[in-house]
Amino acid sequence: MTGYDILQIALYLGLLIICTPLLGGYMARVFRGERTPLSFVLRPVENGLYRLLGVDSKAEQNWRDYALALLLFSLAGFGFLFLLQLVQGSLPFNLAGAANVEPFLAFNTATSFVTNTNWQAYAGETTLSILTQMIGLTVQNFVSAATGIAVLLALTRGLIGRSGKALGNFWVDLTRATLYVLLPLSLILAILLIGQGVVQNFSAPVTGAALSGETQIIPQGAAASQIAIKQLGTNGGGYFNANSAHPYENPTPFSGFLQMFSILLIPAALTYTYGSMVGSKSQGWAIFAAMFILFAAGLVLMLAAEYAPNPAGGGILSLEGKEVRFGMTNSVLWGAATTAASNGSVNAMHSSFSPAAGAVAMLNMMLGEVIFGGVGAGLYGMLIFVILTVFIAGLMVGRSPEYLGKKIESGEITMAILAILLPSAAILLFTALGVIAEAGLRGRASAGPHGFSEILYAFTSGAANNGSAFAGLNANTPFYNLLIGIAMWVGRFGVILPVLAIAGSMAGKRVAPASAGTFPTDSPLFILLLIAVILIVGALTFFPALSLGPIVEHLLALSGRTF
Amino acid sequence: MKARPLFERAILQRALIDAFRKLDPRQQVRNPVMFVVLVGAVLTTLIIVRDAFSGRSADAGFNVQIALWLWFTVLFANFAEAMAEGRGKAQAEALRKTRTQMTARRLSNGREERVAASELSRGDLVVCEAGDAIPGDGEVVEGIASVDESAITGESAPVIRESGGDRSAVTGGTRVLSDRIIVRITSEQGSTFLDRMIALVEGARRQKTPNEIALTILLAGLTIIFLLAVVTLRAFAAYSEAESGLTETTATVPVLIALLVCLIPTTIGGLLSAIGISGMDRMIQRNVLATSGRAVEAAGDVDVLLLDKTGTITLGNRMASSFIPAPRISDARLADAAQLSSLADETPEGRSIVVLAKEKFGIRGRELSEAQAQFIPFTAQTRMSGVELHGYDHVPARSIRKGAADAVRKHVESAGGQFPNAISAAVEEIARRGSTPLVVSEGREVLGVIELKDIVKGGIRERFGQLRAMGIRTIMITGDNPLTAAAIAAEAGVDDFMAQATPEDKLRRIREEQASGHLVAMTGDGTNDAPALAQSDVGVAMNTGTQAAREAGNMVDLDSDPTKLIEVVEIGKQLLMTRGALTTFSIANDVAKYFAIIPALFAAVYAPSPGEIGPLAALNIMGLSSPQSAILSATIFNALVIVALIPLALRGVSYKPMSASAVLQRNLLIYGVGGLIAPFIGIKLIDLLVSLLGWA
Repeated sequence: MTGYDILQIALYLGLLIICTPLLGGYMARVFRGERTPLSFVLRPVENGLYRLLGVDSKAEQNWRDYALALLLFSLAGFGFLFLLQLVQGSLPFNLAGAANVEPFLAFNTATSFVTNTNWQAYAGETTLSILTQMIGLTVQNFVSAATGIAVLLALTRGLIGRSGKALGNFWVDLTRATLYVLLPLSLILAILLIGQGVVQNFSAPVTGAALSGETQIIPQGAAASQIAIKQLGTNGGGYFNANSAHPYENPTPFSGFLQMFSILLIPAALTYTYGSMVGSKSQGWAIFAAMFILFAAGLVLMLAAEYAPNPAGGGILSLEGKEVRFGMTNSVLWGAATTAASNGSVNAMHSSFSPAAGAVAMLNMMLGEVIFGGVGAGLYGMLIFVILTVFIAGLMVGRSPEYLGKKIESGEITMAILAILLPSAAILLFTALGVIAEAGLRGRASAGPHGFSEILYAFTSGAANNGSAFAGLNANTPFYNLLIGIAMWVGRFGVILPVLAIAGSMAGKRVAPASAGTFPTDSPLFILLLIAVILIVGALTFFPALSLGPIVEHLLALSGRTF
Repeated sequence: MKARPLFERAILQRALIDAFRKLDPRQQVRNPVMFVVLVGAVLTTLIIVRDAFSGRSADAGFNVQIALWLWFTVLFANFAEAMAEGRGKAQAEALRKTRTQMTARRLSNGREERVAASELSRGDLVVCEAGDAIPGDGEVVEGIASVDESAITGESAPVIRESGGDRSAVTGGTRVLSDRIIVRITSEQGSTFLDRMIALVEGARRQKTPNEIALTILLAGLTIIFLLAVVTLRAFAAYSEAESGLTETTATVPVLIALLVCLIPTTIGGLLSAIGISGMDRMIQRNVLATSGRAVEAAGDVDVLLLDKTGTITLGNRMASSFIPAPRISDARLADAAQLSSLADETPEGRSIVVLAKEKFGIRGRELSEAQAQFIPFTAQTRMSGVELHGYDHVPARSIRKGAADAVRKHVESAGGQFPNAISAAVEEIARRGSTPLVVSEGREVLGVIELKDIVKGGIRERFGQLRAMGIRTIMITGDNPLTAAAIAAEAGVDDFMAQATPEDKLRRIREEQASGHLVAMTGDGTNDAPALAQSDVGVAMNTGTQAAREAGNMVDLDSDPTKLIEVVEIGKQLLMTRGALTTFSIANDVAKYFAIIPALFAAVYAPSPGEIGPLAALNIMGLSSPQSAILSATIFNALVIVALIPLALRGVSYKPMSASAVLQRNLLIYGVGGLIAPFIGIKLIDLLVSLLGWA
């Protein structure tokens, strides 16, 4: 590693810390319905939308209504996207002549974008038309991200609310998150990216002569606009198959930095928004700190693993599959960010990471995508762990556990356990199926532990709603399309519904004022405790699986054996 | 009642038998974690039997040992519960013993008949005379008697119980020493306080408290997660073994069951019930009977204490501390008059005046015959007491009064005297200090003021300081005027006070505190305390109190000691802490167990060539001697740690009043970090022993 590598990492992390209160404060004002600098343009648009849709923006919902609205909205989005793919061949803007998508893949892809996963079992440039990408995928990129933010807002209101009916309004939250946060930021980012050379056009593929003398087909399309939201909304679904390793998606070091930064920007800033909304900024910073420490620790481990000479590779850096244009550090930093936040865009092939770095990437996802995580989703997932931590450790101070003055009781614990159990169950059970079923084993590109990792990674990425691929696994089969699709549904709504139920049950509880006898949830000790609970729960669940995948592969690599 | 030793022979024997009796699946299913262990033990046993019949004997010895330790795990947990139950029952039984072979003299249609105490029902009237035991909880409806309540309170001095008023409640099992009373039985036999309390310490009948239910759900959830991890491990193992060219699996069902049992939170799961029961038991040991486990749990959450001034913060009585004479009156004359007026006054205040006169002026006690003097007792109307000395020979008649300032003023002014301004000033000054002024007059002349001081209990200030550090606010309740109340509040170091408080004020205050999110505890004894007791989150009724008060509260203090409230809160906190500490310990333990079992399970996977040691052996950081020994040692450790922690579960974690942050830091270090490290050492030691003994 050179000084420049360290400087870039410092710049990255420093900028993240600086932008957290700036954007976070702005979002808090937006979600409280206060005036913002953009209000003079957007407020009329917002109100016009409510009138158009017949939404009473003042009407508050209880958790059931909120959940119902959210489910209906997601199902409608899924249905539209599913059908769109089935018939895209005969619709306009199909400049590359893409065929209709087969149903299993269409199910998988529709699920993937509705659940903010953006797992791609297809190659964007050849499988999907520009129309499908624009009015199907990009729209879901926006609204699935906004849905995540909405769930977080409902939970936040539940934690501070005095009445069970005051969780806000799903339609309002969805509209505001899209209109005031995602759209303006995407606009800025898209323009910056176009400036760096990312394509944004409605052209048919260009045919040209490559240096080797062969003809090359170079796909075109409205890439910049989709890439902006793909990063900001922690979606990660690339316009092109090579994702951010493609020069049209990510042409320069600056565009790379911008995109990496956009991955963590909103999830990090939401911690501040949260602190601001619950009336104690330190609560938000405590959660930010826990996320930041976990992220930094993972990054350091991955860097150490990649920069350590690999005995199996003859002691030189393994650059195969890495983003060689921008160097090793950029590949690792991107890998850490994209798996920590449930983004899933890649600029290096994770299969090419050393086994130890690959293990960190998997663990980032297995922990439930709570290290910054998806927009909204990361923080509400983290709050589940906060509730769990408060319950386990809070008892030790001799009071029944409470968070923000509200008691954590059996109802909340049941839901918190469900939210952790369901995605974990999907990962473990489907991976087990994948490594014993013939249809699962056939998809592997490698044998032994690396083949195991391919399958484990795929289901982890799906259930954690990450969407990054390990590469290697041929996932475009009915078996994987179906199972990973189900894993994505479970990973998304198996968490959202319990979270909303918690919001509902917490909302009506009375608030005990803080005193010296209150369990502090913003102290350094609590941050440490939270990290320990996340690691122990995550590690205990997945240690056996990891030990038969990346851990044993790492140990084998040390003795010179590779797979 | 004294705290009993941790392991008493009789209880121990009984618990050993009960540990087996509790294997009944109907009881086990109440505890999901231990039920899984039971199912695991049964399954392993069945596999051994199957293997024995089919002649497979490869791992027979090892499997038998695993099965044995799984059974031990269940039995140890049962034993813990049985021990707690036994101790609680023994404590309650001691209270109940007095009542078992009692006969009652029931009144029916005016005639008396002898029936067994157990046949009494609510509303029955029974006669109790000197020497009789009172057959059940009830209320005196006729007569007055002195009652020996030492059987339940340990206090040897008899107490007065009479019909009407605040002292009408009697408790079953106490004994009438003098006179005759008629008692109306107020509770069904079997639903008296004691019976309810006994139900709280019986594992099978016990209702789980809200926090216990939540914790049970958490533990069940963790159990399901680990069940998934272990079940899927079978598939992962099959894949890896096939890829390494192995034909036989090490991940056999008994081994996976052992892994599962090691991972699920058996430590806390096995001890949870015992912890809850012991909490009740500690209440009984302090002579507090709780009507529900919920109340004990709520005690830990209380953050506002309403404390009656008298008896809790100050010694029950005021003491004379100084004489302040009126202008032109000598100290000695005042002291002499004050002493004379108090000679017949048997109240502690009266006695303290006599003592002060003797200490300061050497005025000795005098015998005054009825012929010489007539004592005027205190009445609520006159609010004065005093003495009329008859004149004889050359001694003039004297008329001495002492009492509240305004009463004496009225008395002297009606006789044509004057109430000096200096005395008014002195009275105010004394009140401001938090003391009670008692004005003394003779004839129509005011002699001066006696200052009666409230004596704040020693050490109470420090105690309130500790409570404050724990985040608990104390509010002093008193009937005194605000001036007096403020002075005592300052001296005692309470956070707030309510002066001239009526029962209605108390009730209102509790509601206000609760509305702003606080949990309130209070003590009370009178019937007019009942609404407030019922409203408070923890209401401790004094045993001497009325039946109404005792029914309204959710605890009864047999010692009728208001200070006990603080201990009640501490017991509640200790109960919750013990639960949290053992949960943390239990979960932290798992890390080491993985490092013992995973390398053992997959020692052969991806080995360079068959028969050699595979790469995962590198995870065997404890250097355990063999795969089988590692698995066995982890299982043994898991079982033994339950036994090792039984004393902790029964006694509760050590408790010191500190702030939440400090408590957390301390417990986290002991049970969190300790829980991470302890099993590494424990499993290694057991492994050494196991390999030494050649068990595996």
